[in-house]
Amino acid sequence: MQTFALALLGSGGAGIVTVGQLLLTLAARRGLYGLMSKSYGPQIRGGEAAALLRFSDTPVRGAPDAFDMLLALDWNNAERFADEIPLTQDCVVVSDAAAGDPPAFAESARFSQLPMTTTVKEIEGGRPNMYALGWLARWLGSDLDAVDALLTEHFAAKGADAIAASIASAAAGFESADEGIPALSISAGNGKDRWLLSGNEATGFGALRGGVRFVAAYPITPASDLLEYLAPRLEAVGGQLLQAEDELASINAIIGASWGGVPSLTATSGPGLALMMEGMGLAVASETPLVVVNVQRGGPSTGIPTKSEQTDLNIALYGMHGDAPHLLLACSDIADATLTTQWAVHLAESLQTPALLLSDQFLAQTRAIIDRPASLDFITRRRTAEPKADEVYHRYAMTADGLSPMAIPGQPHGMYTADGLEHEVSGKPSSAASDHQQQLDKRQRKIRDFDYGDLAIRSEGEGRLAIVCWGSTYGACHEARLRLAEAGIDVRVLALRLLAPFPLKAVREALADVDKVLVLEQSHSAQFLHYLRSQLNGLEADHLACPGPLPVRASTIISRVTELGYGHV
Amino acid sequence: MSELPLRPKDYKSTVKPVWCPGCGHFAVLNALTKALAHLGKSKEEVAMVSGIGCSSRAPAYLDSYGFHGIHGRALPLATGLKLARPDLTVLVAGGDGDGFSIGGNHFLHACRRDVDLTYVVMDNEVYGMTKGQASPTTPPDWDRSKLTPHGSGLRVFNPAAIALASGAGFIARAFSGQPNEIARMVAAGIEHPGFAFIQVLSPCPTFCPEQTGWKKVVRAFEPQPTSDPQEASQRIHLDDGFSTGIIFQSDVQPRRQPSAGVGNVEAFAEEFAL
Repeated sequence: MQTFALALLGSGGAGIVTVGQLLLTLAARRGLYGLMSKSYGPQIRGGEAAALLRFSDTPVRGAPDAFDMLLALDWNNAERFADEIPLTQDCVVVSDAAAGDPPAFAESARFSQLPMTTTVKEIEGGRPNMYALGWLARWLGSDLDAVDALLTEHFAAKGADAIAASIASAAAGFESADEGIPALSISAGNGKDRWLLSGNEATGFGALRGGVRFVAAYPITPASDLLEYLAPRLEAVGGQLLQAEDELASINAIIGASWGGVPSLTATSGPGLALMMEGMGLAVASETPLVVVNVQRGGPSTGIPTKSEQTDLNIALYGMHGDAPHLLLACSDIADATLTTQWAVHLAESLQTPALLLSDQFLAQTRAIIDRPASLDFITRRRTAEPKADEVYHRYAMTADGLSPMAIPGQPHGMYTADGLEHEVSGKPSSAASDHQQQLDKRQRKIRDFDYGDLAIRSEGEGRLAIVCWGSTYGACHEARLRLAEAGIDVRVLALRLLAPFPLKAVREALADVDKVLVLEQSHSAQFLHYLRSQLNGLEADHLACPGPLPVRASTIISRVTELGYGHV
Repeated sequence: MSELPLRPKDYKSTVKPVWCPGCGHFAVLNALTKALAHLGKSKEEVAMVSGIGCSSRAPAYLDSYGFHGIHGRALPLATGLKLARPDLTVLVAGGDGDGFSIGGNHFLHACRRDVDLTYVVMDNEVYGMTKGQASPTTPPDWDRSKLTPHGSGLRVFNPAAIALASGAGFIARAFSGQPNEIARMVAAGIEHPGFAFIQVLSPCPTFCPEQTGWKKVVRAFEPQPTSDPQEASQRIHLDDGFSTGIIFQSDVQPRRQPSAGVGNVEAFAEEFAL
């Protein structure tokens, strides 16, 4: 695989993230694959910002090992990115001539300056970031017409003067291309049938496609942009989004809406998930379908809100009091986020239980160019009742598969009271041992005995070593596998899409002829490893723990695979 | 379905209440059924949502749809239900601890949000289900709980004042000893187009036997009601909490959700296409 990593830096307000977004769009139109993640300082406005891009001839999902080029509009507070932006030995470093000398981490023999500020001063309304875009567009292999067209679209709302100034600035940058810096050399495809979107957008689209028409949520980083995606689109399809007063209200509001018959979802992050646990238990006990999307961030407590981690696995598995079987799913890349969210809605509706879906900041807020995912049709259906005048309706009636037909308010003859109290088949509260046993069995059985099919795991590759992961770290594992394969080393990668109930049979089959397992997770306390051991009778495994806030890089995995004796790269 | 109009007792389920003899909540339950019969509601179009506590057991005692949820969260659950299903008549029942302590934040925001719910709080100034602790409406010198042997010392929560300050459009107070008045207020609350809050003074003979004396002190607000928030504020603040009636009914219409769209989800996929 051919890849190239580019870091763009600038103070807040300088518009460097806009440059990154526009450049990614140009790359997509040129037929390249790529992605962009963003990094900001803690300031609400201003501060420093970075756009971290990768370009490739195949879909890329993870962070690069190191950056091949760094372009800075200025060096103000750039040192804070030193850990996050490792540079290659011969990294090309370019800055505005007005920016002065680079900080220590960005010193390079291949350093050059461009007269961004001085040039755009000559242009009415000219901006250095657009100069940089023009320069980068030429380096990327785009032509000036493509840049003009993109800027005309992007700044349409700002009017003709803004468009003209941007185009003039970009043209100046385009014409100034430095002969000493080689153009990007990655084979472009035809670019057909590709999407450019963020993980949060992919999740939101999956929710809508799955049939969600009611969302209640409280703003929280990094889930807020998922809510912003959903709000206008829900309205456009006859649904609605309620901004609730807190997460306690969010979870209970979606219980109410779902109980009323409308597929419902909330989205949050760690601190909000903690607040929702009691409500999720109510959904388990009352057998109310719903989806909770948890976009993980660094924890515990307020933690690192703008950075990724996979440390909400324990609370997602074990956070509810009582015996509370539920569904736990995880999406492993942006395309998968649409599929897995749609599947989560389908499963929750079909099994009348909460489905908790784990995403994370890296996956959610990265924008990527992906192949248009296939549209899957789930026959999403809640088993509803048809109560009759001459029959007594029992909401929690015993059935072979544990699923009882659900009456929806408004249906004649189906009246019952849903309850968080343990109950008998009618819904009437009961503390009798026999009723508790019967309802516990039922709630367990409906989830345990369901056929989850091929979607439960994602398995690829051959070889005697299996890397087992979940969530967005799949991206780094997948890339490590491809690069190892190029070096003649076969490994397999297993990512769990369904975490609970644990897909024991599928995992056992995937690991049947493996003689070494490497468990990778973005957690300090080995939450995933402990879970695997609890499900796989003690599983002997090597373990790679990479807590946040830095992303997991393929090189880290390749090094460990090499250390384990699976060949040199 | 029967051709005959439903009588109040037709709305009662066969489940026997857990309430103590002499509990004010029996009268409130009867009044609710009267209001539903008066309005000619079908059983299936009514949903009653509650939290936790003695009064929150009410949904199971009605032969309508019901949701007995978790402590303090009845209002958000009911809000989700009503927004998703505007065709339903959604009642919310609970007590003073459920509504004003653990659920206090939701009370403020339900008043602000003005979703068309009718919220009946059976206020007995005590936590009954946990055997007699001080609630937000308990007098500060009430010293019969082992948790607060010297009294809570806290100022009494004034639900009507908080509701008014939070923007509620319908605020009423009733007394369990006057079930016809409760029924009238509940019916008016259901017909009010937005959020309706009805505080019912409902004595607890078990933990606060002195409350049986309430019947001697309750009296009607005169004149009633007002649509002027300033006048309502005066009434509430000059009152000792024992005047009953519809205190305030706003003539401001609640804001409505935008009309439902009919768009196709698959069209959103094109936003991602290059």
